[in-house]
Amino acid sequence: MTEISAADVAVPVVLRVNGDEYRITAEPRRTLADALRDDCGLTGTHLGCEHGVCGACTVLLDGEPVRSCLLFAVQAQDAGIRTVEGLAAADGTLHPLQEAFWRHHGLQCGFCTPGFLMLSAGMLESCPDIGDDELREALSSNLCRCTGYQTIVEAVQSVRDAGEA
Amino acid sequence: MSWVGRSIRRVEDPTLLCGAGMFVGDIGGAAAVRFVRSPVASGLIRAVRGPAYTIADLDADGVGNIEAVLHRPDYVRLAQPLLARERVRYVGEPVAVVVGATAAEAEDLAEQVELDIETLPAAVGLEAALAPGAPLVHPDEAESNVMLAGEMATPELAEALERAHTIVELEITSGRQAALPLEARGSHAVTERFGGRTTLHASIQAPHMIRTVICDLLGMPEADLRVVAPDVGGAFGQKLPLAREDAIVVWLSRRLGRPVAWIEDRSENLMASWHSREQRYRLRAGFNAEAHLEALQADVAANVGAWPCYPITWGVEPLMALAELPGPYTLEHYGVRSRGVASHTCPMSPYRGVSRPVITLALERLMDIAAARLGVDPVEIRRRNLQSDFPHISPTGLRHDEGTYREAMELAVSHVDLRAFRARQHAARAAGGPQPGIGICTFSERTGYGTPAFAARAMGVTPGFENVELSMDPSGYVTLRIGASPHGQGLETALSQITADELGTDPSRVRVVASDTDRTPYGWGSFASRAMVLAGGATYLAAQKLATQLGSLAAEVLEAAADDIVLADGRATVVGTSVGIEIAELARIAHHHTQRLPAGAMPGLAAQAGYDPAGTFSNACHVAEVEVDPDTGGVSMRRFVVVEDAGRLINPMIADGQIRGGVAQGIANALLEEVVYDDDGNILTTSLMDYLPPTVAEIPDIEILHLETASDATITGAKGLGEGGTIGAPAAVLNAVNDALAHLGVELNEMPATPERVRAAVRAAAGRSPAGENDRSTQEAPVR
Repeated sequence: MTEISAADVAVPVVLRVNGDEYRITAEPRRTLADALRDDCGLTGTHLGCEHGVCGACTVLLDGEPVRSCLLFAVQAQDAGIRTVEGLAAADGTLHPLQEAFWRHHGLQCGFCTPGFLMLSAGMLESCPDIGDDELREALSSNLCRCTGYQTIVEAVQSVRDAGEA
Repeated sequence: MSWVGRSIRRVEDPTLLCGAGMFVGDIGGAAAVRFVRSPVASGLIRAVRGPAYTIADLDADGVGNIEAVLHRPDYVRLAQPLLARERVRYVGEPVAVVVGATAAEAEDLAEQVELDIETLPAAVGLEAALAPGAPLVHPDEAESNVMLAGEMATPELAEALERAHTIVELEITSGRQAALPLEARGSHAVTERFGGRTTLHASIQAPHMIRTVICDLLGMPEADLRVVAPDVGGAFGQKLPLAREDAIVVWLSRRLGRPVAWIEDRSENLMASWHSREQRYRLRAGFNAEAHLEALQADVAANVGAWPCYPITWGVEPLMALAELPGPYTLEHYGVRSRGVASHTCPMSPYRGVSRPVITLALERLMDIAAARLGVDPVEIRRRNLQSDFPHISPTGLRHDEGTYREAMELAVSHVDLRAFRARQHAARAAGGPQPGIGICTFSERTGYGTPAFAARAMGVTPGFENVELSMDPSGYVTLRIGASPHGQGLETALSQITADELGTDPSRVRVVASDTDRTPYGWGSFASRAMVLAGGATYLAAQKLATQLGSLAAEVLEAAADDIVLADGRATVVGTSVGIEIAELARIAHHHTQRLPAGAMPGLAAQAGYDPAGTFSNACHVAEVEVDPDTGGVSMRRFVVVEDAGRLINPMIADGQIRGGVAQGIANALLEEVVYDDDGNILTTSLMDYLPPTVAEIPDIEILHLETASDATITGAKGLGEGGTIGAPAAVLNAVNDALAHLGVELNEMPATPERVRAAVRAAAGRSPAGENDRSTQEAPVR
């Protein structure tokens, strides 16, 4: 059997992330999460399970929250990708969701936080007046092991109520 | 203005919120390490073929074995190799290790490794491991699977049970659970090309302790290993013991001379990191006619898996059960046998609360069952039995300091309005369908203990004290270096509040350095609800020393008496006057104009302190309200109330966060989470589709009320509360489930109370009743 090395099958991929263009070379099997973390150096997107349950790797793909561990990098070729690194303004001003998570103690270890922030950002941008039940339903997409969720819900509700997202 | 007691925002958060944290998997630049793990629970290794390192390579390099020791006569001593030698003892045990350029290549390499293993019979569950003739996990070292057995009894136990008005017997069991930090384990090691010093970054709770034990194994001086816990994505006990994998990562980086990293995946984490809490308690309790618990005899068995955890040992769960089972009650006559039973399953580590969630489940089920038998209200039976004279010395010699066991319960009960609940429950029973239930749990949480308590465990390595080093730089900013190792608790913020109060400065001028053995004094890390008490106490003492130095210097400069100097709002002021100086200016003088220092004073501003208290007890009352569907066995949480007394609160927001997170884990432990093996020892729960942590859909808002009892058991008055939420919630939830189904005669004493188990309990109750259950679902498949 002939050994096939990764370099033989790697293909060029262009990823547009937070407005920047990253020209990378990736095997077709490389996940979007791995490409963001290892090829683009954007390690704010975290991997908690790599099988699509925990949601720590949630990013926005053309505005939609997606599990970046369940997508291949090549699938994201023509999309606009947003990650946690793109939430705060260029001058460092925190996004209203980041401020709210801070104010409401919506994080402890911070590992799930990027995923919750991106999930919430996508949700509030597409549905700014989302009701409490639907908001909880949407947030049940992701896992947090530290907070017990209440303060995450309160943080997202506060941004919704202020119409800031 | 005092900073202590205020819910200031956490200094830890901005970095984490921007995705700029540095978790071990974010470091990069290293070859990938992948472990080849045993696919069978028990077997003899005939050969390992392929591009892998095995125990032979570790032996050739003189790497030692792990020798977890408790200095007690019954303890079976074992030499645990870092990779399996000759025999495998659980599914997931590391047998070989490969190194690839990338994680994907390492996985490909691991696939090429062939393990030739002769499968042997396995002892998997507790009863199977205890059965006569059970396959032995360590046949060369032990004649049974009982690896340690503790026993004690007070002198008049038998007589007290004999004269009891009512005897209540009860068996409760806890399923096996996983702490499940959202970031799995991992490590990254770099060895300097010249000089040979190694830096290990690892997702761990106790960097100094891990440095010691890895250096012992590899035969290297501790000065040559720097251990750093960078941002750690949750731990909950699972990252306290030595991970064999971390030691191998250090060995590989030194052997290969290149950076290597092991990033555990979720399946490995669920299969082969550490599990916890597979326990069975048999209680025999004697109550007098007034429902006072007079005597308690207990038999505890804990499935401790295939190997001890190190350096904590597999005594931690069974021996904690032995020592702390009397709980918050004024029990006088107590006897217990507690055994740690090895099996062909993943080893156990402490998990948030350790044995206390199961201890508390046992005691609180006992109280509810006894209350029903004796015709007493569940609140009343606790009222009659809870400690109220302090200090209270338990039958096992534990000293309970001032607490509010009864007061917390009375406040919780009045807050939930029990009478209104009973009226709703009465109506629901008449209506049929899903049934509401309410459960109460009162408990103590032993916290903040140092060397005296750990020494009693007789471990080979005895944790305890915490040290801190505090210095003020010439700009007037403060650096606090701590031996504790926070990982999400918010300790940096809380310590900055304590420091700021003592120095009259602002928390924003305090930098906390932690979790790096090169930059911090030796300490034991963050676990056992101890960091706020111990690191907080040491910080308080060091800050007082530094305040004294500032006061002396200010007195010299201001030509006043040192006793008249007040440090506040960034200034040192002569009391009762407006004469003063900026603290930052004093800091300049202390470093740059040392000719102005008082005679004999050392240049600079620095202090160190250690703290090593005997320990204290927090207490709390949890009330859970559930709704149970008897037809489906489904349980949903309706309400959860916590009345917590953890002494003085340094930052109430952070305290509440600890409680809420703990309760969420406790609710999940009670209803959802269970590691399941089949009879051959194959693990069936290796993904988050099978092992079920809770989402926001399963966790209600948690209402928290505080009592703040002053205690002289800790120097800051803070008692610690990191584990309490997880300790109390399972019992509150199980009591609520039982309350909801009490009219059907249901008794369910097993957690997690999955729908299957609730249905089984409903069916069993129907089978006991003369009429039987008129129910379509009596033909359901048996419970696994």
